[in-house]
Amino acid sequence: MNLWYQMLSVLPFDWAQPGHMIFMKNALLAVIIITPLFGLIGTMIVQNRMAFFSDALGHGAFTGIVIGVMSGFFSPLWAAIAFSLAFSFAVTLVKHRAHMNSDTVIGVFTSMSIAAGIFLSTLNGNSFNKMNAYLIGDILSITTGQIAAAAIVLAVTVVLWVFLLNPLFLSSISTSLAQSRGVNVLLIECVFSALVAVIVTISMSWVGLLVINSFLVLPAASARNITRNIRSYHLTAVLFSLFAGIAGLLTSYYTGTASGATIILFSSAIFMVTFLMRKRAA
Amino acid sequence: MSQRSDSFGPEKPCGESCRNKCCTLIKDMNVRIGETQILEHVNIHLHCGELTAVIGPNGAGKSTLVKALLGQTDYTGKVTFFKSDGSPARTPSIGYVAQNPQFDVGTPVSVLDLFIAATTGWPAWLHIPHRLRETAETQLKKVNAEHLIDRRLGALSGGERQRVLFALALCPMPDILLLDEPVSGMDKNGIELFYELVTTIKKEFDLSVLLISHDLPYVEKYADTVILLNRTVLKSGTPSEVYADEGFRGTFYGGGAAQ
Repeated sequence: MNLWYQMLSVLPFDWAQPGHMIFMKNALLAVIIITPLFGLIGTMIVQNRMAFFSDALGHGAFTGIVIGVMSGFFSPLWAAIAFSLAFSFAVTLVKHRAHMNSDTVIGVFTSMSIAAGIFLSTLNGNSFNKMNAYLIGDILSITTGQIAAAAIVLAVTVVLWVFLLNPLFLSSISTSLAQSRGVNVLLIECVFSALVAVIVTISMSWVGLLVINSFLVLPAASARNITRNIRSYHLTAVLFSLFAGIAGLLTSYYTGTASGATIILFSSAIFMVTFLMRKRAA
Repeated sequence: MSQRSDSFGPEKPCGESCRNKCCTLIKDMNVRIGETQILEHVNIHLHCGELTAVIGPNGAGKSTLVKALLGQTDYTGKVTFFKSDGSPARTPSIGYVAQNPQFDVGTPVSVLDLFIAATTGWPAWLHIPHRLRETAETQLKKVNAEHLIDRRLGALSGGERQRVLFALALCPMPDILLLDEPVSGMDKNGIELFYELVTTIKKEFDLSVLLISHDLPYVEKYADTVILLNRTVLKSGTPSEVYADEGFRGTFYGGGAAQ
């Protein structure tokens, strides 16, 4: 970390000076790790039309965190991850088995989990206020240990992506084509939604439930406007996500606003610009 | 030789007519979903280098037959592929061209991406090595579509898209090419082009082609054998034989009254 602090000290910002504002420096490093991760998995969330699904996973993760905090498990995070995983499998299975529109299934699960989360956190007259942090998110609270964890998650995701992308991408084009190529569509979907669930759960307290889905969807949606193949799609989504992350964090320092929301405003601006630039064909 | 029988499956079904050719035998295929018998005692014999068309009314079990062949639904019976050189019989590999799939028109995916993802283990999001690109190009050349390699899937016309999926189905070269209503939504010109291409490929690679269609005029023009399916095989033979059959006229022209 000291190396990182030294690197930053060459920057002309007042917070970047040695010995100052450690939390800001940590947050910047965290953003540099987390935003590319969101940009990367966002590509296939948008490609597989899972934007609503990932939103549901966010709500499931929120309930998981409430359960984790309440139960005083050996670590709230592990309880939260366990619940989110169970939630993601449940939604995926029901979506596959029930002959129901997936948006209905997802809507049902989203309502159920957020209601359960609020119910549990206000049980016995408890105030909901202590959960506000998870709604808005606070990246400035991130610790060095958590940054290391995020870096590990990023590394694991990149490795998984080497194996996961092709089958995921084929199923997005056509389920029957994917199946005829030997892809187990249900298995791939379960693995992917589990990955999204884990990432969403661990980053919930830094990013916030209200905006976490925008972190996943906006960079990829913007990249789709201007790219024509899957490589430029990935690269552009990751770069947009990273750029909005850094710009949003720095701006939030000077405007005193919540970082997550500020980052999303940058992402939204990028989406607007790319939308206007979009020229199809080719 | 033609009496050869092994533990894998039934003996090769034909005598002189296809001793030196490869063929596939679908023997006594039955599919039952819940209480409903969808396919019953279906026997089909596919010859290499020939196009066999399966026709039948809606609900005849055509799509179930496709699913069974693709292994996506359970069935009883045997599907066996016999090679011309007398090597052991096996389950045929299948190249599948689905009904015109609806791509998201905005999808940022090129034809090359699709090829890489479907036919190689190389992660399509990383830089694609030159040799893999060349392989994809060679495959596309088979269907005269090498110029489409960098086009976006969403920007292809219906005909172009089916040609790309056709090339994909030929990689690796399957034992049976399964075309499931491949020309739906294409214009007349595109349909002719597509079937001409299928005819060329079928001869060039001595390929068994199984076409599911309800486009009777095109079936008559391009099929070598026609199978009239309605839960079971009602009639099979050359197009003119099947089209002259009572059952055929009953199925498609209401009671055989019209000619």
